[in-house]
Amino acid sequence: MAEALSEGWEANPRGAQRERTSLSKAKYFSMYSNYGVPLALTVIGLLFMAAMVGLQKLLAPNNPFRRKLMPYECGEPPTGSAWINFNVRFYLIALVFVVFEVEVAFIYPVATVYLDWIRRGQRWFALSEILIFLLILFVGLVYVWVKRDLEWIKKVPDQDSVT
Amino acid sequence: MSLLNTLPDYVLTTKTDELINWMRKSSLWYMLFGLACCAIELMHTGGPRSDIERFGATPRASARQSDLMIIAGTLTLKMALRTRLLYDQMPDPKYIISMGSCSNCGGLFQLAYSVCDGVDKVLPVDVYVPGCPPRPEALTEGLLKLQDKIMSERWLARERRTDQAAQS
Repeated sequence: MAEALSEGWEANPRGAQRERTSLSKAKYFSMYSNYGVPLALTVIGLLFMAAMVGLQKLLAPNNPFRRKLMPYECGEPPTGSAWINFNVRFYLIALVFVVFEVEVAFIYPVATVYLDWIRRGQRWFALSEILIFLLILFVGLVYVWVKRDLEWIKKVPDQDSVT
Repeated sequence: MSLLNTLPDYVLTTKTDELINWMRKSSLWYMLFGLACCAIELMHTGGPRSDIERFGATPRASARQSDLMIIAGTLTLKMALRTRLLYDQMPDPKYIISMGSCSNCGGLFQLAYSVCDGVDKVLPVDVYVPGCPPRPEALTEGLLKLQDKIMSERWLARERRTDQAAQS
């Protein structure tokens, strides 16, 4: 009904106006009762939550003390704060480490089956395959090297000299 | 005139205390916590054969979610401090079952220099289960005894066990 009304307004505003005034009170109510459903749900939800939280406050024991509120470390007394800073450089070191890790993880299985490839007369094919793979990883390493990310204290060029 | 006798059969009435106690005893979550060989029997008790979950007891990996601590094994002096901290970190209401001779009184290792002879020197124990180690049936019996104890508590009247010593 709401759609029909809005269409009527667009097509013929005066006609719609006339029709709107002739609508009965009951029809208005049925239109607004669409909004009543979410309203009722909201009220019921709030009441339900209030009942749950209120009952909990009323019935549950509340006994906080210092040792109970300590961080749970499987019974071990915690030392220091958990909010310590890690140097952001470790993130880059971990990324570079992945280069070597992937290298080892893929070369090892190739090395174990390399003899089979030689027996099948495909020695140069196997060697070139693994060399290409190494080259790709090596380019990554060279990139990090050129960008001076292997140095612990990175020397950033001055802003003035760049611009 | 009593309203109670006029109600039909399908309406159940209870007292708030009993309802709370009934809910508490029906979900006694115990902490995954084994100190020595009794822990093997504890695992067995939680297993399918003697299924302690029938009584609502299920293992929880954190002290923050547990209602029950089963001390299963020899409590060394070094562990006693940690156990006390774990007990303190459990939410109230909390209960303790002392399982086996070692935790009851030190057991076989009573005279050892490193052993705390009796958990009750560190923690308030609710139920003692004898045995070395106790069979799963014995531990289940201990749990049932604890449930009986819980049903006799009166929480609304504040006649509850408060751990004054821990509130430091």
